[in-house]
Amino acid sequence: MNLTLKIWRQAGPNADGQLVTYPVSNISEDMSFLEMLDVLNEELTAKGEEPVAFDSDCREGICGMCSLMINGEAHGPEVTTTCQLHMRSFRDGETITIEPWRASAFPLVRDLVVDRSAFDRIIQAGGYISVNTGAAVEANNLPVPKVKADRAFDTATCIGCGACVAACPNASGMLFMGAKITHLGELPQGQAERDSRVVSMVNQHDHEGFGGCTNIGECAAACPKEIPLDVISQLNADFRKAKNHA
Amino acid sequence: MATQTLPAKRTGKAGSTLFLKTVMAVSGLIFVLYVLLHMYGNLKVFWGEEAFNTYAHHLRTIGEPMLPHAGLLWVIRVVLIIAVVAHVYSAAQLWKRANAAREQKYAVKKAVAASFSSKWMRWGGVALLLFVIWHLLHFTIAKINVGSGGQGSEITQNPYQLVVHSFGAWWMVIIYLLALAALGMHLHHGIWSASQTLGFTNTPQQRKIAKTVAALVALVVAVGFALPPLFILFGVID
Amino acid sequence: MTDTQGLIDDMYRLGDPIADTKAPTDVPIEQRWTQAKFDNKLVNPSNRRKLSVIIVGTGLAGASAAATMGEAGYNVKAFCYQDSPRRAHSIAAQGGINAAKNYNDDGDSTYRLFYDTVKGGDYRSRENNVYRLAEVSTNIIDQCVAQGVPFARDYGGLLDNRSFGGVQVARTFYARGQTGQQLLIGAYQAMERQVAAGSVKEYTRHEMLELIVVDGKARGIVARDMVTGEIETHVADVVVLASGGYGNVFFLSTNAMGCNVTATWRAHRKGAYFANPCYTQIHPTCIPVSGDHQSKLTLMSESLRNDGRIWVPKRKEDCDKDPRDIPEEDRDYYLERIYPAFGNLVPRDIASRQAKYMCDEGRGVGPMVGDFRRGVYLDFSDAISRMGEAAVKAKYGNLFDMYARITGEDPYKVPMRIYPAVHYTMGGLWVDYDLETSIPGLYAVGEANFSDHGANRLGASSLMQCLADGYFVLPNTIRNFLAEGPFEEISEDHPAVVEARQSVESRIDKLLSINGERSVDSFHKELGNIMWEYCGMERTDEGLRKAIDLIRSLREEFWRNVRVLGSANTLNQSLEKAGRVADFLELGELMCIDALHRRESCGGHFRAESQTEDGEALRHDDQFLYVGAWEFAGEASGGPGAPVLHKEDLVYKSIELKQRSYK
Ligand SMILES: Cc1cc2nc3c(=O)[nH]c(=O)nc-3n(C[C@H](O)[C@H](O)[C@H](O)COP(=O)(O)OP(=O)(O)OC[C@H]3O[C@@H](n4cnc5c(N)ncnc54)[C@H](O)[C@@H]3O)c2cc1C
Ligand code: HEM
Ligand code: HEM
Ligand code: SF4
Ligand code: F3S
Ligand code: FES
Repeated sequence: MNLTLKIWRQAGPNADGQLVTYPVSNISEDMSFLEMLDVLNEELTAKGEEPVAFDSDCREGICGMCSLMINGEAHGPEVTTTCQLHMRSFRDGETITIEPWRASAFPLVRDLVVDRSAFDRIIQAGGYISVNTGAAVEANNLPVPKVKADRAFDTATCIGCGACVAACPNASGMLFMGAKITHLGELPQGQAERDSRVVSMVNQHDHEGFGGCTNIGECAAACPKEIPLDVISQLNADFRKAKNHA
Repeated sequence: MATQTLPAKRTGKAGSTLFLKTVMAVSGLIFVLYVLLHMYGNLKVFWGEEAFNTYAHHLRTIGEPMLPHAGLLWVIRVVLIIAVVAHVYSAAQLWKRANAAREQKYAVKKAVAASFSSKWMRWGGVALLLFVIWHLLHFTIAKINVGSGGQGSEITQNPYQLVVHSFGAWWMVIIYLLALAALGMHLHHGIWSASQTLGFTNTPQQRKIAKTVAALVALVVAVGFALPPLFILFGVID
Repeated sequence: MTDTQGLIDDMYRLGDPIADTKAPTDVPIEQRWTQAKFDNKLVNPSNRRKLSVIIVGTGLAGASAAATMGEAGYNVKAFCYQDSPRRAHSIAAQGGINAAKNYNDDGDSTYRLFYDTVKGGDYRSRENNVYRLAEVSTNIIDQCVAQGVPFARDYGGLLDNRSFGGVQVARTFYARGQTGQQLLIGAYQAMERQVAAGSVKEYTRHEMLELIVVDGKARGIVARDMVTGEIETHVADVVVLASGGYGNVFFLSTNAMGCNVTATWRAHRKGAYFANPCYTQIHPTCIPVSGDHQSKLTLMSESLRNDGRIWVPKRKEDCDKDPRDIPEEDRDYYLERIYPAFGNLVPRDIASRQAKYMCDEGRGVGPMVGDFRRGVYLDFSDAISRMGEAAVKAKYGNLFDMYARITGEDPYKVPMRIYPAVHYTMGGLWVDYDLETSIPGLYAVGEANFSDHGANRLGASSLMQCLADGYFVLPNTIRNFLAEGPFEEISEDHPAVVEARQSVESRIDKLLSINGERSVDSFHKELGNIMWEYCGMERTDEGLRKAIDLIRSLREEFWRNVRVLGSANTLNQSLEKAGRVADFLELGELMCIDALHRRESCGGHFRAESQTEDGEALRHDDQFLYVGAWEFAGEASGGPGAPVLHKEDLVYKSIELKQRSYK
């Protein structure tokens, strides 16, 4: 395959950036999207140009490190992560525009790399269950009804990639938040801090500069882990009911 | 060997995006109730002048003598005014935050799941606000007859006549139809959105129900409001 | 043994034997850990605030340690190279975590888990450590459940178990195919809670590039802020390495792109012994390489071998045919043929090695990569006709989907192709019972140490070890060291600190100034090929010697001809990779030396010269019943000088030594 890539290049957070066009050729359909970029980077290096910076680590769709807005879609046209997207999803001769996640809460670091530590700070605000090591009771003393356990699991699969924010017209982080709220809220262990958790997390979310949700649904469509929109409703319900958040 | 769990930091709810959204949803649902009621009243045109005017009159006399004349109407008006202010304020805040949340826009951005209605919420809302201002001037405050028959009080002070004469003008009907399209879209997304915002759609089934109800209500409201002007324009009612 | 004598002159020197002196061996094995917890000194809570701990790595081992030490009130700094601690490669573990809960009452016990682990490790691990691991395994499950880790449950709401990795009891706790992720998120959240509380400070996108040793004690690290390029020195009272495994020395592995040996290798160069570097685990069911561009390999659960049948064509000419056109009589179901008793379910190493033999013979399938095909069929057509497609889908659907996404082939119609891939490294920094390395004040936990798996790790045991180390063991053993504090303050301009910092800076300058012809990746790939070829599934004396020569010349070329563009003071991914590959180029040689000196087959280390008539691994307990702990012996021209081998004899008192057999 031969392709034309238009890639956002920006030397640093404060530098000016622009889309730069790179042709690539001899791309195999079996390559992953990131391997295709590896090929480009090898060529750039050979030419003495600095390679394109992009994030990835596990390359098997689980760590949430990879990102990329591909032709206007977060993680590209398939419901998966960019590292699991393969070139057979594209046509020979196609032009592909590649941009970083755009959100003020995810400041750009370089080229296609952004800083998602805002998500960590949201978790710090309350995305946990307070139990010190050694203070746990015997595990089977806490039975969890299967339906609740399953829903907790489904929502716990969030990989914190930020595609929901990238895809949302409001750059809102509600799907990410809803996933965590639902995961911990479905479990008996999560009840003690349920109220304070949701209020603190929402406040941190706003403080980080994410937008509000207007229930557009782009987030869930972009989510590689198929986190459903119900979690945002759950988040809203928990927030509305939260009383003991002092 | 661990230290104590610390108390959570005190954080308020008001002012957060979720609070603003809740305000939007509650005020929006007040509008929904109002337009349903209003639509029901408007459909009285089909029962003729008397039925319509009695209804308009009745609105003003409900609750008398417990309430002063037009008392309930004023209650409704106050609620609506508060709702409008709250709705518009929250919408403006959220709009501003959303813009700030993405300072640098995408060169290419596809919408995969967003409905047409959802994309028009903000500008559609502004259109509705403009429409309502115009509508109030037209029917409630200034009571100007734009159609045939002049500004005689037998028309402008007679709600039925005012309505029938106004919609004799085709361009007036078009303005209303456009407004109703905007309203239908606003409700189509808005009602589902409000259920989600208030946390009533925690399962896929509930989500489906909310979306269906939203589409139905939007359709009923748009069609229900559109019938009188159209019937008047085409001379079925005169 | 004469040959070994020759080696000594050639490749390495023999040093003094070493031993673990910390385990309280005066009490029976069941009581040792309790005793140790009692004996270990305590640190007064008000003193803990004054003591600082650096933890490099936020995987299961690092995050759990950071959370626990933070809760205890120490000042913790946690480092990782990813943009968030939650992304450490522990996240990728699929299968599950073992614990001797015996919820199924199927005869499991601490002793049985201990026994299985020692036997699975082919009797090359230390009894005391493994027993303790089995003992604390149950606490791990309690802890994780309390944190909200959503383990699989039955309809009664209780925890579900499965059996895994060929053991006969169901002791594996799992969260669908994402156990590592769920456990890591639990540990990460516990750690983030401490960040909010102020006891842990996290440094993301920070790479440790050097260890600071002052007066023989580990006192800090030099790290590069990968965003600004700033070289930072961080001093502390104690340093913990939780930096994971080094499987990426093979370039292609199931590890993440960034997994590296730098943290442990730098410590090794500063005096920490590196134990058993040659023990690597190769997993038989990975998706094969599809071309030269490939950047990593993806694991598929071993459970596929329960129903799939493995074969290759009998004739080379058939290898590029559509497998569905190859008639039954032209197929070689080689595992069923060679191991009629176990068939397709032989242990990981045997299945892997046989696949390699088939491909080496030229009977591999799939696309040509280099000059031969690397892949064998894993065929479900029998299973589909026996169980029906729906049943196969219910059991393996997600794996089939993953396979289809990566290869673009439909495994319901065309047989899957699989090939072995490097998966885990049992070797690592040598530690004692306290998890302290040979440098006082330097600890190693998780995959970064060598401790518990001997020559081979059982499935679902690494997650267990990482969390045991981080939650329960380290916080209790490190007290011994920290109770000696408060320690003397070290200033940023202490000569040892300055020296460490300058060595990092000059190394970076060097890498950026070579400006040669070849990219970092091309060196990494070449090193990977050498390692895979000669220090992979099967190792020979001759091959290893060749590999050592090749690595040495590759390393020489690297320092002369590598091209790293860009500058030191921005995000520079080529520079990051270059540093890691430079260390792999040294580690690779040590792995080969270790493999060369261990003239026996055990666990993941298969020496072709040491096998039974049936081709089974043959241990030589009389000569090799020891841990090989390597000491760095200074630079020679162009790299590390001949390392010094310290043997730690393994003593088996609670378990009897046996040879394994699968025929
Ligand atoms: C695909 C796959 C599946 C697996 N499945 C299972 C399973 O089912 N059951 C099981 O028990 N085991 C399994 N394992 C093995 C197990 O997952 C790992 O051994 C274990 O998670 C390692 O954890 P760790 O905390 O030691 O290191 P890691 O999780 O690898 O973490 C390493 C940390 O160190 C940091 N780091 C590394 N180098 C540096 C540096 N120089 N500077 C700063 N930070 C650094 C990284 O950022 C990271 O935070 C699997 C492994 C793989 C690859
Ligand atoms: C300036 C005027 C207006 C603006 C900018 C505006 C904007 C919006 C926006 C952005 C939403 C989306 C909220 C969300 O999806 O979460 C919304 C919701 C809604 N609006 Fe309006 N609107 C306006 C006027 C009106 C009017 C006049 C009505 C009634 C006739 C109305 C009825 C509703 C309803 C029912 C909702 C649903 C509530 C919700 O989504 O939570 N709006 N509006
Ligand atoms: C065909 C459509 C419509 C017709 C014929 C119509 C007609 C009228 C009439 C006759 C009145 C005056 C009633 C009175 O003073 O007794 C009125 C008032 C009003 N209408 Fe409408 N209307 C229509 C659509 C709408 C829509 C779509 C909205 C809102 C989105 C709306 C909002 C209002 C409001 C807020 C008032 C003021 C009520 C008050 O007196 O407080 N109308 N309308
Ligand atoms: S909710 Fe989905 S899209 Fe958002 S961070 Fe989690 S996995 Fe990514
Ligand atoms: S796309 Fe955005 S508006 Fe809400 S539903 Fe998703 S966060
Ligand atoms: S690189 Fe880990 S999810 Fe893509």
